[in-house]
Amino acid sequence: MNLEEIKSQIEANVPGCRLEIIPNGSPSGQHSLLVDVEHGFAVASFLRDGATPRFDFCSNVTGIDWPVKEVSNKTKVKKLVDGVEKEVDEVVKTQTGGYLEAVYHLYSVEQREGPVVLRMRTEDRAERNHVPSLTPLWRSAEFQEREAYDLFGILFDGHPDLRRLLMWEGFVDHPMRRDYVDPDDYEYEPTAHDEVLKRAQAHRPAQEGGL
Amino acid sequence: MSILTDASVDTLSKDETDHLTGDLLEISMGPQHPSTHGVFRMNVTLDGEQVVKLKPVFGYLHRNHEKIAETESYLGCMPYTDRLDYICSITNNWAYALAVETLAGIKVPERAEYLRVITGELTRLQNHAGLIGFLMQDMGASGTPLMYAFREREKVLDLFEALTGARMMCNYMRFGGCRCDLPAGWLDGAKKVVEGFPKFLDEFESLLKTNEILMARTQGVGIVTKAQAINAGLSGPMARASGVDYDLRKVDKYGIYDRFNFRVPLGEVGDVYDRYMLRVLEMRESVEILKQAIRDLPEGPIMDPNTKIRGFRPKAGEAYGRIEGPKGELGFYLISDGSPNPYRYRVRPPTLINLTLLEDMCLGHNVADIVIILGSIDIVLGEVDR
Repeated sequence: MNLEEIKSQIEANVPGCRLEIIPNGSPSGQHSLLVDVEHGFAVASFLRDGATPRFDFCSNVTGIDWPVKEVSNKTKVKKLVDGVEKEVDEVVKTQTGGYLEAVYHLYSVEQREGPVVLRMRTEDRAERNHVPSLTPLWRSAEFQEREAYDLFGILFDGHPDLRRLLMWEGFVDHPMRRDYVDPDDYEYEPTAHDEVLKRAQAHRPAQEGGL
Repeated sequence: MSILTDASVDTLSKDETDHLTGDLLEISMGPQHPSTHGVFRMNVTLDGEQVVKLKPVFGYLHRNHEKIAETESYLGCMPYTDRLDYICSITNNWAYALAVETLAGIKVPERAEYLRVITGELTRLQNHAGLIGFLMQDMGASGTPLMYAFREREKVLDLFEALTGARMMCNYMRFGGCRCDLPAGWLDGAKKVVEGFPKFLDEFESLLKTNEILMARTQGVGIVTKAQAINAGLSGPMARASGVDYDLRKVDKYGIYDRFNFRVPLGEVGDVYDRYMLRVLEMRESVEILKQAIRDLPEGPIMDPNTKIRGFRPKAGEAYGRIEGPKGELGFYLISDGSPNPYRYRVRPPTLINLTLLEDMCLGHNVADIVIILGSIDIVLGEVDR
């Protein structure tokens, strides 16, 4: 089974979808398939029902947080310095990340093939954090998508029961995000210590009314 | 506990009352309930004695294992994995070690692979033995079967203690091999335990296999069909009891499992009885694997000499490694960004995903059946909640 083959199968059957193979630098060689959010559901349902082999088993579902990261690359550029052509280091800064990612590991129980790693990216990490839910296709995603919503704040459109799974109702933040800050005081009843109380409130504006 | 009487129904919205046809009773089973095998809660709605709705509630044992691991070194995560499914710490170690080895392309020496199979299959024996004991306990066979099963489990735990220094938190494996070699005389002890194990199984089976109460309580209860099982991602004994021929020891052939001769038992009906019997049969196959592994165990190193486990920095990339744990497919999904700690560390918990169909299995059954259905899934809250 080859990811290129699967990609061309999908492209032939799901018109308009934008696919990209994300190479994996590790010796595991598990490259993944990035699908655009609009066609995510159609691609997944093709993989489940139409593809050869049929990926009937969705093993692992999870989220990943990629905050905005500035990467600076040094390149040698030829430039005229004081009338003489010289090689100068130029630093090019590019921004990567700034999205949340939902990752699905699909297997075929029938053909014993896999994994196909399916990825979908949200537009950003704040409001436009939607991806389609694949729970209607694979029920195994039900709790795992709830967990990804709970811990990462990815909203799965079409999930039948999208509630927090592990944190309690009323908890505001998403603890698995890279920029999540621990409250200094986890208790519902704040301690009498003023400074601790202040810092704790700063992290829980919605619950405590903020500072 | 609240009783929805006609008066209280008036205060509910239409959505909430639509499903009410008579007086329903909502009870909260757990989190402190002797049959939930830990701090697990089910919000059960009952019509008389029958379950009409069941919603599991998680998170009582949540400590964000994944977040902790992302602040730890790759080696530092290893003892944490013991605490996931604390009954089977060695297979947790194995799954994590396998994921890191896949991520970094590490080869494991021959002897270490054999030691992994031996300790892994012993883990399966003690997990299944414990489980069938608990299942009997849940069914009301108070004490005796559980004590018989625990007597056997204790023998395996003694072996673990002699080998790793701990009965349950073994922390035995490292990526690239195992932490320590066998102490003197250990293999003879293991041989004795393995050879004595079928006797326990025979005894246990002859006591219970055709027991009328057991059959009446378990047959036809909590049925999962094959299609349902695959779609809901059930794995391990749960899936195989429904007839899904999917054992990762055969499918992925990870480690050296292709060298052993063993069969994969499958259920036909997919009820609690099948799940119970499947574990008994699986233990017999594990005994076979153990006999072969102990016979063939070669001499040699137990750690890959090229792997530096301290200050370990794998190349940037990702890997998903999975093994056939005693409870199902235990997977670790790791992303490395080249730093000494994993960028993303994800545990695929088999028991959480095996709970997906809990409501479907329980609907229409009695309250007492919930207990045995849950018991037959074999959950450990350390892993469900992480």
